[in-house]
Amino acid sequence: MEHYRSHVLICAGTGCISSGSKKVEAALREQLTQKGLDKEVKIVETGCHGFCEMGPLVIVYPEGVFYIHVQETDVADIVEEHLYKGRIVERLLYKEIGSHEGIPNYKDIDFYKKQMRIILANCGHIDPEEINDYIAIGGYEALGTALTTMNPDEVIDEVKKSGLRGRGGGGFPSGLKWGFARKTPGEKKYVICNADEGDPGAFMDRSLLEGDPHRVLEGMAICGYAIGADEGYLYVRAEYPLAIKRLRIAIKQAEELGLIGDNIFGSGFNFHLKIKEGAGAFVCGEETALMASIEGQRGVPRSRPPFPAVSGLWGKPTNINNVETFANVPQIITKGADWYASIGTEHSKGTKVFALTGRINHTGLAEVPMGITMREIIYGIGGGIPAGKKFKAVQIGGPSGGCLPEELLDMSVDYDSLIKVGAMMGSGGLVVMDETTCMVDISKFFLSFTQAESCGKCTPCREGTKRMLEILTRITEGQGKEGDIELLEVLAKNIKTTALCGLGQTAPNPVLSTLRYFRHEYEAHIKEKRCPAGACTGLTQYNISEVCKGCGLCTKECPVVAISGEKKGLHIIDQEKCIKCGACMAKCPFKAITKG
Amino acid sequence: MKTIEDLKRLREQVQSQTSVRQESSKQIIVGMGTCGIAAGAREVMSAILDEIAKRRLEDVMVRQTGCIGMCEKEVLIDVVLPGQPRITYGRVTATDIPKIIAEHVIHGHIVKELVVGKITE
Repeated sequence: MEHYRSHVLICAGTGCISSGSKKVEAALREQLTQKGLDKEVKIVETGCHGFCEMGPLVIVYPEGVFYIHVQETDVADIVEEHLYKGRIVERLLYKEIGSHEGIPNYKDIDFYKKQMRIILANCGHIDPEEINDYIAIGGYEALGTALTTMNPDEVIDEVKKSGLRGRGGGGFPSGLKWGFARKTPGEKKYVICNADEGDPGAFMDRSLLEGDPHRVLEGMAICGYAIGADEGYLYVRAEYPLAIKRLRIAIKQAEELGLIGDNIFGSGFNFHLKIKEGAGAFVCGEETALMASIEGQRGVPRSRPPFPAVSGLWGKPTNINNVETFANVPQIITKGADWYASIGTEHSKGTKVFALTGRINHTGLAEVPMGITMREIIYGIGGGIPAGKKFKAVQIGGPSGGCLPEELLDMSVDYDSLIKVGAMMGSGGLVVMDETTCMVDISKFFLSFTQAESCGKCTPCREGTKRMLEILTRITEGQGKEGDIELLEVLAKNIKTTALCGLGQTAPNPVLSTLRYFRHEYEAHIKEKRCPAGACTGLTQYNISEVCKGCGLCTKECPVVAISGEKKGLHIIDQEKCIKCGACMAKCPFKAITKG
Repeated sequence: MKTIEDLKRLREQVQSQTSVRQESSKQIIVGMGTCGIAAGAREVMSAILDEIAKRRLEDVMVRQTGCIGMCEKEVLIDVVLPGQPRITYGRVTATDIPKIIAEHVIHGHIVKELVVGKITE
């Protein structure tokens, strides 16, 4: 038996792989062998740490030293200095913004210190392709406890008592949902894990599946026992090849140990798991469309009722939850509903994982207790807005959600508070926008997404979103007219109340919430033909002010020769020719060029 | 796997595979400065790892440190047990390791003839 004195954890999440972690690993393996350290230092590939901005990430144990932006060329230093001689490689340490002092241990970094990592506790710390890593920290004991010491009703009661609500968007109480599926009589029932993560900017489900797949499988098996299902499906989009690969490995390993299969723990409970790869249509995240897709039909929603709990997959009672919801379940069983319910607010319990994207310093995944303020997430954990820009708004809940302006930054982030201000938790994607983002343009972006993803089955969504998008496009191009805002509002209200499924019902949300908080920007576009953020090129004009010294730098810079003027005299821009690229403004040493 | 006891047994078995990533109470620290390496610190390190593997010790963390100035006494190793002062051994060779681990690390008896100092933290 060998003893490894040190473990080197290399992040092999999708984010770090694309920034080169596989090359780092290969170099490390080679150099460890060269130095004769390969028998005492173990390389472990892990899932995502969430600090994707800083990738590739490497953690060296036993010290727990956290190295960021590690490239192939840095490996020699890590091997030679740290692994051979025990000296920390200072230059690869993380430094807080504005500080020059490297922080060796990840536990001391603000990004992690201010989080509460329960769901993500193992992500980045275990090898997701090794079931023993999960078992070593107590994996599958929740399933064992549920199967051997609790009856199905007790499991459902525990989940009800915990206050767990669906993490996929709607926030429906999970215990209640399980109860419906249990009560429906039927020999055959199904459990489905919705891993069709489709919101732009959201990637927590992918990271969970890549980093800690067994936790999700365990949650599904517990659910199967509770509702009386012997079969489960994971509906994963095909764009997540790594998640699918690791899930397949996880299912196989769990089956080999008898943790998934027949007569689990001798309890007589059977549970089998299958993966269905989705083709990536956004609408397939809607539960009825998702089930149609598993059945091999076209992925379009149908009207409810009947709800899946009554008639779901192949007409059988079915319970569908999202990845993160299932990931919560094992802990609720092990640590108890009371422990779980002690985290969060009165009606929103536990933690939520948010994906931080957009104009924010620390792009990545952050898990926080419900009820935290948005300010703490964006500034405390996310490190604020880069390049000294001013915060403008944050879009929460993706294309179905809404935006929050600065004055709402201190509100509590929980299901009900968000609904009250016209946004929603959604899957937890946070897109941060700064002063250079135009709110009309952003709502056009989200609407063009939902419009393109509309399945076309119902008229309000198919036609309504198209008309709304036309109006928004017109406004951003400077062709907006009086009455456009009111027309948008009428259309939005009608689509919300009459569309068939969640996609359509929530599609107008970004427009409504930007209208609610940034109506003045719409008005500026329509009445003054002006884009206050300077983002809509159709409405932007570059002008040269009196400050111009006539140096001529801008004329050389302009790619379309739109600037002319005498040497040492005031220059002018030909608005007909100008393509609004902004190159002149960036070049001008006297800041004489203005945009408006 | 048939029962939850089987799972718990497996957990105990595999815990050692990840124990390096948990905080351990006992530490052996090897001086890996240029002086230490020249005096044979690598051989001492290998001997420590062999001994730990042989005895299946799970709660011992092996670390390195740099030169502390007593270069003529290299190879230097420190043994830290919880609640006890840090003991430094000098002129350690690979053959001393089984004794240090058996007597000090496992049973808590300091190997007096090899000690060069004690650091109270």
